[in-house]
Parts: sequence; C-alpha cells; structure tokens
Amino acid sequence: MKDRSLVRAFSLIAHVDHGKSTLADRILQICHAVPDREMREQYLDRMDIERERGITIKAQAIRLRYPAADGKTYELNLIDTPGHVDFSYEVSRSLAACDGVILLVDAAQGVEAQTLANLYLAIEAGLEVIPVLNKIDLPAADPDRVGAELASLIGVSAEGILRVSGKTGDGVRELIEEVVRRVPPPKGDPYAPPRALIFDSAYDNYRGVVTFVRVADGELTARQKVRMMATGAVTELEEVGVFAPTMIKVDRLEAGDVGYAIPGVKNVREAKVGDTITDFANPATEPLAGYRDPKPMVWAGLYPTDGDQYADLRDALDKLRLNDAAFVYEPETSMALGFGFRCGFLGLLHMEIVRERLEREFDLDLLITVPSVAYEVVKMGGEVISVHNPAEMPDPGSILEIREPLAAAMIITPSEFLGTLMELCQERRGEMVEMHYLSENRVEIRYHLPLAEMIVDFFDQLKSRTRGYGSLDYEPIGYRAENLVKVEILLHGEPVDAFSAIVHRDRAQSYGRKMVDKLRELVPRQMFDVAVQAAIGSRIIARETIRARRKDVLAKCYGGDITRKRKLLEKQKAGKRRMKQVGSVEIPQEAFMAALRLDDKK
Amino acid sequence: MSAPAVALAPLPTAPARSPGRGVYVHIPFCLVHCPYCDFNAHAGMEDVKAPYVAALIAEIEAAADGGPVDTIAFGGGTPTELAPAELGRILAALRSSFAVAGGAEIGLEANPESIDRAGLDALLHAGFTRVSLGVQSLTPAVLRWLGRAHSPSRALGALRDAVAAGFEHVNGDLMFGTPGESPADWRASLEGVLETGVDHVSTYALTVEEKTPLATWVARGRVAAPDDDEQADRYQAAAEVIRSAGLVRYEVSNWARPGCWSRHNVGYWTGAGYLGFGAGAHSLAAGRRWWNVRSPRSYVARSPAVEEDSELLAPEERAAEAAMLGLRLAGGIDRAAFAAVWGVDPGQRWAEELSAAAGLRLVSVTPERVALTEEGFFLWGHVARSLLG
Repeated sequence: MKDRSLVRAFSLIAHVDHGKSTLADRILQICHAVPDREMREQYLDRMDIERERGITIKAQAIRLRYPAADGKTYELNLIDTPGHVDFSYEVSRSLAACDGVILLVDAAQGVEAQTLANLYLAIEAGLEVIPVLNKIDLPAADPDRVGAELASLIGVSAEGILRVSGKTGDGVRELIEEVVRRVPPPKGDPYAPPRALIFDSAYDNYRGVVTFVRVADGELTARQKVRMMATGAVTELEEVGVFAPTMIKVDRLEAGDVGYAIPGVKNVREAKVGDTITDFANPATEPLAGYRDPKPMVWAGLYPTDGDQYADLRDALDKLRLNDAAFVYEPETSMALGFGFRCGFLGLLHMEIVRERLEREFDLDLLITVPSVAYEVVKMGGEVISVHNPAEMPDPGSILEIREPLAAAMIITPSEFLGTLMELCQERRGEMVEMHYLSENRVEIRYHLPLAEMIVDFFDQLKSRTRGYGSLDYEPIGYRAENLVKVEILLHGEPVDAFSAIVHRDRAQSYGRKMVDKLRELVPRQMFDVAVQAAIGSRIIARETIRARRKDVLAKCYGGDITRKRKLLEKQKAGKRRMKQVGSVEIPQEAFMAALRLDDKK
Repeated sequence: MSAPAVALAPLPTAPARSPGRGVYVHIPFCLVHCPYCDFNAHAGMEDVKAPYVAALIAEIEAAADGGPVDTIAFGGGTPTELAPAELGRILAALRSSFAVAGGAEIGLEANPESIDRAGLDALLHAGFTRVSLGVQSLTPAVLRWLGRAHSPSRALGALRDAVAAGFEHVNGDLMFGTPGESPADWRASLEGVLETGVDHVSTYALTVEEKTPLATWVARGRVAAPDDDEQADRYQAAAEVIRSAGLVRYEVSNWARPGCWSRHNVGYWTGAGYLGFGAGAHSLAAGRRWWNVRSPRSYVARSPAVEEDSELLAPEERAAEAAMLGLRLAGGIDRAAFAAVWGVDPGQRWAEELSAAAGLRLVSVTPERVALTEEGFFLWGHVARSLLG
C-alpha cells in the first residue's frame, strides 16, 4: 500500500475562458507528464486517447508525479470539472472527488458568476481553496484590483494570493508547491468496505461506459463484483486504471486514488454520476453523500424538418441516450409539425449541446419548439401531475393550481449595467434576494426567477444588455404556485399545438398578441380569409385576419415563355407540397420556424 | 336581355380544332433597357444589327419547308429598332420560305419613341397588318419610374398615327400597379388609349421578375414591391373601363373588339405549333419544343447552328400544359374538343382539382366547358398549378 501522505487530489475551478486549460498544460509540463515533442496547446482538451483502441474518451482526471522542493515525490491527481453544464450539480460531483481546489481568476476580467458559484461549491464541500490570479502577463491585467476583489470575497489578505501566468509559466511551480503544502492528503479508511464515487462518466462505442471514480474507502479491483448503491445495478468491473495522461490499466484503485473503472454496462443510466460503487459481497452500509437523480428541467419538441428523417431522428436519440444520462425523450405528434419527440434537458445549455450533436454528428435538420418547463399541476381531486408539454395541460376547469419551477440566479455585472439588468429581471417576474458590491464597480445580484422566464432569450438579453460583461449562474430551487394559464393559438379555428404556451395570466394577453401579430406576418395569404386567434380556453384574447389572396397570376404567358412559366408554376407547386397543413391552411415550414423564434429584440 | 356583340364573334376557346402554324421573329434590340424587363432585350448593340438580320434570314432559309403559316409576329426587344426596309427583307424571306396564307395576321411590336407616321406607312406597305405599341402608361411619373423613353403625348400620337395609317389592328400595351400610380392615373391611361380608336388593349400587372434591376431595387428596399391588393383593384378597374368601351376580355391580360383577337397569340393558348427565329426564340412542333441561343452576339457568331436546347413533352405533360394555357382564355376549354385532341376530358381528368377551384368560385365547370370565372382571372396561377404535375 502506498504512502497516502504523498497523494494530493485537486481541481482547477474558474469562469469560462479564465485560462484553465493553459495552466493545466504548464502543470503537465512541469511534471513531465508528456514528452516535449508531443506537447500541444490545451493538451488535455485535445487528447484523443488511444485512438487505435477505438477509445475516444477525454480524461477527466490525470495522475501526475511531482518531485517537490522538500525532496519527496508526490502523486498529484488533477481533476477536471465539466465545463459546459447548466447547473452546478455536475461540478459539485467533481469537487467531491477532490481535497482542494485552485480558484483561478483572470487578472484582467475579475471575478465572474461562475467563479463565485464554483467557490461556494468548494467551500460547501469543505475543500482547501487556493486563490490564484492568472494571465498576469496581459497588458490589461490589473492584479491589484482583482486581487483585492478576490481577497475580500474569500477573506484572506491580498498579499497571500499567488500570481501566475499559464502562458509564460510564471509562478506555476510555486503554485504546485502551494498545492502540496496546503491540500490535505486523502482521508478515508483503506480497510473499510469499498466506497467509490462516480464523479463523471463517458460512453465509448468500443468499451461501453467508462466511469471516473474517486475511491473513498477500501479498494476497487478488476473482476470485482460490485453494486451501484443508488441504482442498485450489479455488475463486474471489467477494468480499473488511471490516466497518466493516457489510459493505463492497474490492478487496483486504493482508498484516495482517482482513476477510471469500466463497469461493463452498456448504458450510462446504470452507472450514474454521483452514485457510489461498493462491493457486492462486502457492501458498505452508507453511500457517499450527495447523489441526485438528474431531472430534466427544460422541455422542447424536436421535429425533423423533413418528415422522412423521423426514423433517423429516433435512432440518433437512442444513441445519444446511451451516453447522456440526463437526456430523456418520448414520441410526440404535433398537428402542425408532424411526428417528433418531446425531449427533456437539464437546462438550456444542455439543450443546445444535444441539438448541436444531433445536427452535426447525425446530420439531421431539426426544428425545435419554444422550450418550456415542467409544471406541477394539482387537480381538483388533489392528484398532482407533471406537465411538460403545454398541449397536455388539462382542462382549466379540472385544475386546482399550477406550480412552476423557480430558479435562483446569480448575476455579476459591472455596476453601470445594474439598472438595465434589474429591469430585465423585473420584466421576467424576478424577485431580488440580495445585492452585493464585490468592488466599487462590480456587483453581484441574486434573484429568484421563474425558470420558464429564463429559458427563452434570458441569457442573450443579459449578455447584450451588459455588452458581454455580465455573467450568470443559476440553479433550480423548487416549485411555487402561480396564476398560470394555457394560451392557445388558433388558425382558422384550429389550434396550432406548437404555439400553445403556459404563461402567467398577466402575460397571456401580450403573448397572444405577439403570436397573433407574428403569424399574421408570416402565414401567407390563402384563398380564403383566415382568422388568427389567441385563446384561453374558449375566450379569445387576440385576433387578426389574414385576408384572402387576390392576386396569383402570371401576367404574360406567350409562346417563348411557356417552358419557363411552366417550370415556375411547378416550382411553386413543389413549394406548396412541402407546406404544413393546419386544417385547410397551408403554412411554409419557414413560417413556423420564424414564429417559433420568440425573440423580444426591439 | 339583348344579345351581346360577342355572339357574332365567339370568344376563342381551347383547343383549336384545326390549329394553324405561327412564326415568331425576335428582334432583341432596344433604345434603352427598362429596369423591370426580363425579356431578351438589349440596348447599345448597334454593331450587331446588320449581322443579326443576315443571321435571321439565314435561319429562316435553313428552316424553309414551304409549309403553311397563318400568323407572323415580330417581337422583342423593339422590332422597330430595325428600319422598315430591314423588317421588310425579313418578311420577304419568310414569304419565300413558307406558304404564308392570304389574310395572314402579320404583326409587330413597336415603341412610341421608335416609330413615326412615315415609318408606320412603310411598315404597312411592307405587309404588316397589326401593330402593337408599348404605351405602358400615360402618367409621366409612372413612365419615368418604368424607365420608359417616351412621353404620354408621343404615345398617344403613335397610336393615332397607327390607326390613321390603316392597320387592320392596333394594340396598346399598358402596365398597371406601378408604385406611385394612383387609381385615377390608371383610369386616365386606359381611357386615353381607348379614345385613340385602338381595337385591342393588353393590360399587364407590373411584375418583379428575377434578375432584373427592379428585383435588386426591391430586394435592397430601394423601391416598394408592387402591392397585390392594389394590383387586384387596378385589374378590376380595367375590366370596367375597357368593357364600357366595347372591348371584351378574351384572355387574362388581353381585351379586343369582338373578333379582333390577336390570332397569333391565340395560337399559343389553343395548341397551335410555331416556329421561332432569332436569339432565344422558341419553337414547338409535335410535342417537341426547342430554342435558340439567347445572346444576340452568340446567335450571330453561331449562325446558322443556333439551336441551344430542346425538350420533349410527354403526352401527359402536353395535356396539362394545354389545359393550363387554355384556361387563360375567357372562352375556356371546350371539353369535347380537348378530349378529341388530348384523349382526356379535363372535367374528368382534373375533377378533384377543378371541383376545389369551383368551390373557391375560381372556375365554372359545365358539361361543355371549363372556364375561369370573373373572380378567377387574377387567380389563374392557383388553378394552373393544380393542373400541373
């Protein structure tokens, strides 16, 4: 058994673009983890692991050997925190695998929302926090100001904050020494029944699910029969190993070790992030704390633009589900859009990532409906149901109350944009919880906002109102009953399901008006008058009429032109065939898409 | 009820029971190129004119089959950009290459600025029987907007000269729905043209054609696209004004004193064959349609091998095309005649489509006939599309 006093497990936490990857490169170099000729920029991000074995999983934890100034060689486990997450739960799992963190702040940008969110997570996890100013080589760097900001935030003296440059390598060795000095060695009992935290997982076509684990107690070995304590799944570990930085098989992972385990399951749902692996025959009684079942918070309909791609979309979703435990979907039929799927995502970012993957990796052309959230509906009889598709909202008469999900939002902004951001949050039915000046000209504000108000265009608005300087972090915090109604949009008397929305009663009128106006613009004139209406139940709250077409003619049609004119008519006809039919009204797909783009931009 | 004059000269219907053959001659030259025009027309090609006439005559002589020809039409461009003598030479080449019927309609298009009384006399003398003048509007601002080179008074003068010269038929071309044209402007243009004594008027909705300067202006927001509703209003006004002058509509855009239809154009809508000569000209015979190279310079350079490409229409396509063209005629489609020529009764072949259109009151279907209704003319495209493919 190794000397655990020489083991350190830590993570780099930072706001996006504050230089995490570059600093990691320098640490790798100092530890001679990669031969110089193989070193590239952002090495970890770009590493295609052992491509010849077909494995393409990005290392989430790297084992390094560091000969310290005290003459001893330490084993450093550098754990990566997932970058693109909607909510901090995933980050918190990675931090649970650490004993300390380096809190990296761009010396030019200063503290941002994710800096704070990550810091709070680290403090909550009881981790040693080493604050560091990065990018001190930049001309725009202002380490004194940002250092003061950071010092007051953490409650340390500004002089104690290390200053480094990931780019030039300045101060990086001192930083590693500080890690060795301040991050405590792993705790845990090597002789207790094994407990290992799954802090991340990935799916590989060749090896199936690969989990990243931190062993708290006992040990994990290859061929060990294990149980997932939360999901109850029983399996035999195919392989355990470490990334150093390439994948290296080992006989065992001991208490305190960070590495990977291949549990021999084909689906990430059987080895979920946050779950605890224990021995099947000699199980631990208590799982490691903090497991949460990932619950989709944002829902949207996904439809193939070309109806013929439905089967392709279904296959793609099946595949995606294998390596994304948080992604769920069910078939859905929309009168307006045809056959598709209602999909649940953790948040907006997750939705964006899934859409991008579907379009890029599977070459699909998709239409996404306006995202909505999952509502809790209390029916007259007291039964509570979850409604994540406005089209499935029960009849208003049978509803006792509707509860909507709330989010706690943290925004950091230069103080000059405070007014416009407060206005934005106000417009979105937000309630201010707290306001706090980080420094003279940077403010942290906290709001409770309905999640539904955040999922359409909120982040874009925040960015544009702060000229890109504002940053946001948010977390769902439960449900609250609200005066919500379902607004339906009707075309020629037929409801267009894709445009139905659940909105606050005070907003129903403006939502209805906006959609009705939009559709009047976008729906081409038909051969008859078409009423466009917004309705709550049977009550019409907005109405417009699209007047019947009065001109559809080719003025000239003579000999030399007939071929060309016929082709023009045929082209128009092909265009009509691609149109979607709502009752007797024909609508081009583009009109739907344009109407679904619900921007509030002025 | 008094029987209208129409009864004496029944409206043309499709298809013709014994279709004749027409000849089209394309003269691609213009004094200026109008920004809305997408025809094969070019300004500033003085140097091409002489070799072009030579190439035209060569093409005509190469196609000489001595067969009958019932109508001849010179279009453009502006045919009168060529001197009457040159037009006469081309006409002479046609007469010696084909059996041009006695009483054949021999027409040409002209622009008011490119013709005077002497020129008209010369054309009449050369054998032309019909002249069609591109008036477009009698409102100066509208003419300017359209980029036309003539004034209202010149246009009216040319129409009167043509009537006085003694052509059998004189047509005035008008365009409506130009942005900035008021209802009164349009009415005045119609009335002005009708007062000159013409027996034929064509009224065209200004259309933004692809790849024209106008299309670019509209796309860039420099000018407003013509408004559909305004154009529909103008079209309706035209129907009233022209009808009260004693002319009848016999095709979507064409009106004439009964019997004074453009026989050449009626040929296009009733299934006649045609030979086209000149740059970009199209020909049709026995279901094959072919056309010449479009650029006048290429046409000259490649003379006499000027055919660019062709298409062979399947019987089903020919029938659909015949139906769609026939429906442009106010007389509509004679179901029995159509069945005799194309082997299908349109009332049965397109029963579903026509019944839908009848439901929208765009067509009337009787046991004898299928025709657009008064409301249907300006929505012809809706019906035509339903018949295709």
